[in-house]
Amino acid sequence: MKIQEADAKSLLLEQGLPVPAWEVVRSVEDARHAAERAFAGGALLVVVKAQVLVGGRGKAGGVKVAADADAAEAAARAILAIEIKGIPVRKLLVGPAADIVREYYLGAILDRVSRRIVVMASAEGGVEIEEVARVNPAAIHRLEAHPHLGLLDWQARQLAFAVGLGGAHLRDFVGIAKGLVTTMLVNDADLVEVNPLAVVREVGADGTVVERLACLDAKITLDDSALFRHPALESLRDLDEEDPVDRQAREEGINFIKLDGSIGCMVNGAGLAMTTMDLVKRAGGEPANFLDIGGGARADKVAAAMRLILADPQVTAILVNIFGGITRGDEVVLGLIEARAVQAREVPMVVRIVGTNAAEAAALLEANHFATAASLDEAAAKAVAAAQAVAAAAGR
Amino acid sequence: MSILVGRDTRLVVQGITGREGEFHSRAMLEYGTNIVAGVTPNKGGQRVLDDRVAVFDTVAEAVRQTGANTSCIYVPAAGAPDAILEAAGAGIATIFCITEGIPSLDMLKAVAVVGAAGARLIGPNCPGATSPGRAKVGIIPGSVHREGGVGVVSRSGTLTYEAVQAMTDAGIGQSTCVGIGGDPIIGTTFLDILKLFAADSETDAIVLIGEIGGSAEEEAAAWAADNLRGVPMAAFIAGRTAPEGRRMGHAGAIISGGSGTAADKITALEAAGIRVAGSPTEIPAILRAAGYRA
Repeated sequence: MKIQEADAKSLLLEQGLPVPAWEVVRSVEDARHAAERAFAGGALLVVVKAQVLVGGRGKAGGVKVAADADAAEAAARAILAIEIKGIPVRKLLVGPAADIVREYYLGAILDRVSRRIVVMASAEGGVEIEEVARVNPAAIHRLEAHPHLGLLDWQARQLAFAVGLGGAHLRDFVGIAKGLVTTMLVNDADLVEVNPLAVVREVGADGTVVERLACLDAKITLDDSALFRHPALESLRDLDEEDPVDRQAREEGINFIKLDGSIGCMVNGAGLAMTTMDLVKRAGGEPANFLDIGGGARADKVAAAMRLILADPQVTAILVNIFGGITRGDEVVLGLIEARAVQAREVPMVVRIVGTNAAEAAALLEANHFATAASLDEAAAKAVAAAQAVAAAAGR
Repeated sequence: MSILVGRDTRLVVQGITGREGEFHSRAMLEYGTNIVAGVTPNKGGQRVLDDRVAVFDTVAEAVRQTGANTSCIYVPAAGAPDAILEAAGAGIATIFCITEGIPSLDMLKAVAVVGAAGARLIGPNCPGATSPGRAKVGIIPGSVHREGGVGVVSRSGTLTYEAVQAMTDAGIGQSTCVGIGGDPIIGTTFLDILKLFAADSETDAIVLIGEIGGSAEEEAAAWAADNLRGVPMAAFIAGRTAPEGRRMGHAGAIISGGSGTAADKITALEAAGIRVAGSPTEIPAILRAAGYRA
């Protein structure tokens, strides 16, 4: 689960990392007031940033710096009016803008190859790390943190020296790098990224200029499988940005991903569900969705899955593919019958059920006049033909 | 000889008194698997499955009393990492974890401990392994198999059944079928299993069934190119139509930052001389074209 920058910064703050102050607002008016408070607190500039769960905010015009409250208000108005990669901006982060001396990258990820937490640092911060990895991979310094011990002091020092943050910043960098890994461990995150981590210039109360490290942006992805033990983190799910269909699927316990095609798919098992989509494409059609009803699904879950598929107006044919292991074929057919009795529109359906209780399923399918197929290849071909017939009839 | 499970498997089922544990233990017994014990804390002393299997409170006790050497875990996600560690601590050599939805960091820690204990973990979020005619551990339906010489390794569950059924229907039997699991952090990789198959005298050909996400298929392909020349192989990769950035059911099945695509994996496999089937039903023909004679 992705969380917003402001929430990610809160999790970093909890571990004592240096994060500049901010407020989250939802209106132009509140943005102006937040900016006024920042200026009153001594800020020379304020930054207004779109809070959306997609990357590329800066390029899309979602980040602006303002020198006074009027400019901040105008910036807020402009950003709240745009969409970033199709996501309307609903929230803004407003806070004092840092006086940046130099930007760095610092991140921790769960690495599936080494099966370790990999901590990465680079002196090329403030740009997308994937871009650095592509253009200048040697600029990224990586090391593995032990899953039980976390990042050790000497490892953090090694990274600090590698990116040129020894000397005055060494102690702070070690604290930040270790805190990053602790943030990952205590929140069950897959990814914790600070980009940029920056050396910023600040003027103290006595007028002296000091330079120190600050986390200016933060990105955290939480492990969905671990949310059961972090009820407080579940509340960070941004329902504004969750598609209503996705939410419905999540609440029903169905793995569902909407795609752009016309052939709705209902399958048991993730690998088989992907394969079913692939074979629809291979047969000349386009899958409308990925849908895995999971193992051992009962009739009511099958009916719920059918509602999800039919809610998509682009769906003109449906392919049901079940290889029963734990899942019982006859139970699936009962769900299909239940769904068909109440469904709002008539869509051609091809059902292929093998494995556990396939014979019982076949009898039920025949008695209830479902179109069936013996193999997955045949089922895909029939579903594609049905969708093409609907398209032809509609004159498309 | 087969790999991982066979006639010398002495299985302890952790979570045997749960709904899933009991259901699948019954199916394993029917298949002929030698289940020597079950473990559920505080239910020690009971007997289950029509009085055929004794339940113990701890894995250590089960090992002491029955000589169990393999474990199969049906414990829910919150307790499964502890069950893995308990099995490793009791000296179990081969641990299968069927449980889905275990937090990744728990697995990171468990994998480190299991490795240090010298045990092998298969999974989690895997269907287990079957050596047809000998034993099955996990949840793969016994009916899809046929005895033979093809080793099958897969990240998936039902897709494996589909592929294995297609082989069985075509008269091609299997030495062992292993599901390594669909999670990002798993105990045993494609490469580990390929090495076991390569050393197995009864495995004459290998089928690899992968999916999008990660780079385990690419690593396996590179090793196969150097070490399995002359061994008939076939592969299938699920997720050619999967969009980037979405988890396709399995926690590990995600294309991120443009890497982990089906196209990358297919290219790597074909570069290693392994043909990739467009449908699971094409696997038998590819094996035969690669020189396999069942």
